[in-house]
Amino acid sequence: MSTDLMVAPSRVSPVRRAVTSVVRSREIAIVGVLLAVIAVATYKSNAFLFSSNGWRDLLLTPSILLLLAVGQTVVIITRNVDLSVGSTLALTAYLTGRLFVDHPGIPIVVVFAAGVLMGSLLGLVNGILVAFGKVPALVITLGTLYIYRGIVLSWAGSDRINASDLPHGFLALGTKQILSIPVLTLIGAVALALVGYYLWTARGGRELYAIGSDPDAAVLYGLKVNRRVLSAFVVSGALAGLAGVVYTARYGTVSSGAGLGIELQAVGAAVIGGVAIFGGSGTVWGAAVGSILLVTINRALPVVGIPDFWQRAVVGGLILGAVCLDRVLSARRARKLVEARDAS
Amino acid sequence: MKPFNKADLVQEPGSLVLELRDVRKSFGAVAALRSGTLAVAAGSIHALVGENGAGKSTLVKIVAGVHRLDSGVFRFQGQDVEFTSTAESKAAGIAVIYQEPTLFPDLSVTENIFMGRQPLDGFRRIDRAAMHDEAAGLFGRLGVAIDPRRPALGLSIADQQIIEIAKAISLDASLLVMDEPTAALSGVEVDRLFAVARSLRDEGRALVFISHRFDEVFALCDTVTVMRDGEYIATNDISKTSVPEMVSMMVGREVGELFPKTPAELGEVVLEVNGLDSTGVFHDVTFQVRAGEIVALAGLVGSGRSEIARAIFGVDAYGSGSVRMAGKQIAPHRPRAAIRAGMAFIPEDRRKQGLITDGSVARNVAGVIRGGLARAGLLTSGAENRAAGPWAGRLEVKTSALDAKASTMSGGNQQKVVIAKWLATKPKLLIIDEPTRGIDVGTKAEVHRLLSELAGEGLAILMISSELPEVLGMADRVLVVSEGRISADIARADATAESVMSAATGADTATEASR
Repeated sequence: MSTDLMVAPSRVSPVRRAVTSVVRSREIAIVGVLLAVIAVATYKSNAFLFSSNGWRDLLLTPSILLLLAVGQTVVIITRNVDLSVGSTLALTAYLTGRLFVDHPGIPIVVVFAAGVLMGSLLGLVNGILVAFGKVPALVITLGTLYIYRGIVLSWAGSDRINASDLPHGFLALGTKQILSIPVLTLIGAVALALVGYYLWTARGGRELYAIGSDPDAAVLYGLKVNRRVLSAFVVSGALAGLAGVVYTARYGTVSSGAGLGIELQAVGAAVIGGVAIFGGSGTVWGAAVGSILLVTINRALPVVGIPDFWQRAVVGGLILGAVCLDRVLSARRARKLVEARDAS
Repeated sequence: MKPFNKADLVQEPGSLVLELRDVRKSFGAVAALRSGTLAVAAGSIHALVGENGAGKSTLVKIVAGVHRLDSGVFRFQGQDVEFTSTAESKAAGIAVIYQEPTLFPDLSVTENIFMGRQPLDGFRRIDRAAMHDEAAGLFGRLGVAIDPRRPALGLSIADQQIIEIAKAISLDASLLVMDEPTAALSGVEVDRLFAVARSLRDEGRALVFISHRFDEVFALCDTVTVMRDGEYIATNDISKTSVPEMVSMMVGREVGELFPKTPAELGEVVLEVNGLDSTGVFHDVTFQVRAGEIVALAGLVGSGRSEIARAIFGVDAYGSGSVRMAGKQIAPHRPRAAIRAGMAFIPEDRRKQGLITDGSVARNVAGVIRGGLARAGLLTSGAENRAAGPWAGRLEVKTSALDAKASTMSGGNQQKVVIAKWLATKPKLLIIDEPTRGIDVGTKAEVHRLLSELAGEGLAILMISSELPEVLGMADRVLVVSEGRISADIARADATAESVMSAATGADTATEASR
């Protein structure tokens, strides 16, 4: 038997490989689209980018959707979906307000922790039902979407949290900036970085991809499929909970209708960012850029002077375009891989 | 029961690593394994042979922790064990290569090998550089050139199998089970695999090797265990047995009389397949089926039998060649054209491909002919029932009413519904893939009698079957498919278990596997 190494794995230097993979990545294409949108809107109206408000809004507005999209991505990677995040956001946003109203002087950190904990619990319920009930996540989370929303409705009723109920220190978070970056955006960025780092470097993160890529194979590999899927839902819930607290800080008012329909935007952001809806591939970085693009396009279209109807249609077109692009790219990739195999 | 402890492991050469005795496993009413017995010693390669359905794969899955045994003894490294998951058997030191590669297409080749046990650095992060190097080392040892960084997507079956083998080797297991690892490999790759297997044996590990290729069994293995119908038959030293002896133990019974096929007058040529070719799947397939004739496509799973049938019916495209029905050429890749020309196709997996499991019996039976039943584009359940009734009656589908859901019926009755569905189209040719898979013995006989009757009425039947007795009992003519080619055309009178098996396994044309 020949023991000489027939494989030459590093014909290409690591740096060059990294550069090529970044340039060719799906995420970079979305960044390009985002920059183009910003450029066009800025060309029409300088204030879109070159004013303190414009700059702040550009960074601040996506912070809520970004958190949801990151959580959604973690779930979608495992070939599931979490539709309950909008209702989870509403519940924790209202909880945040109530805590300040009922316990004046409560530390802000405690409120953040309470929001994340609440979100995690709601995510845990989803996770248990999906992992052990063996019912598709689409159905389970559609159910909890209504249940969680129902809880907000009966808890809040027609009550509404107003900015005057909230402490100044908390509301200041919505406007405060560090090095001209809004604090809420920083919160989103930190969450994004942590989740992205985990998915890339931890065994648990890679297993999420494996599970989504082929659930049956994952069982044969001896991976703890149920536990991983469950934790993906807990992460999604926790991030939705965090997004709820951020929501209250950003807007100052919370009614029972907070975050209505935002779960579909979160799914859309992930899909636009190149996360495969059948799991196994995609990154939170892509989903984050997708959420920024989605929000920015919504702000840019009125500036460019496009009527309301077309604003929604453009978002739809973006999602369809992203899916078609993925199909074309993956077909091309599959063909190239087969060719590479036949050539060797 | 005491939990398995790897530290207690005693590894003297010749000591039993794996010991299974009288293992039973049933799925519902079907006993897949009646008395599984297998004893594998350290430092040996043990062959496990038997026909399709002999219970080999079930045995493997019990060892792997996929299934739990109903009763019997299962000892590993001298300790009684009972694995409840694949993770437990892996941790105990058992690596299994399954018949079908189980890979994650989206992930890199390296990640596929190390998933769940990636090398970590000091901060518990995955050490990708070390992982890729280790993968490259494994491929070097196997002597193959696969880029460890490429995704598993798009790899050939042979390459996928290599990755499975690399994965198993990297587990550093004391027992390595290989369920038909060579089915997709070329001669050179088989040689390399054997070299690796021998070096693993010489390190004192135990290997179980399942294969249909006798030349490989004799070239590689030290001992052989034969199974039949879920039962243990015998274990022999490889040097003290021969191919004819093994085949007779595998087949074991007189099979000719089990399935009486009534002789029928052969009529005109109904189906004519000429030089059908599909790159990498099957090559130069030419044969005819006459009215009243049952032709069986025999061969191993993965030999290309089902793919040929799917191409004839137009489900899959083919590269070159032609398919004619009653002299008229059928457009390729067009199932509707095939149906119009009088073909009917009953696929292998009836739940997924043949039945609307949530639909009623009547809806299923009327499924293909619904266009003809509709009046002004509307289809009433009355029309469906009227059309379905006679067929369900003739096939004695046991169900309380025609509006019962197909999913609530037994496998045998479901198969009858699928057959009824296609008979309702009044076909000239019936292609049926695995007509009695997962069906109880009584219904099996009914399906066989029905097929025989239909042939008697002048229907041409092309049957694909992995069950040798069924092939020998039912077919007027046996076409044996081996590696995508028709390797033998055997008339009923000359068809024996030995002649079909040796044509299917290529036993006469030995590969270069032996050294």
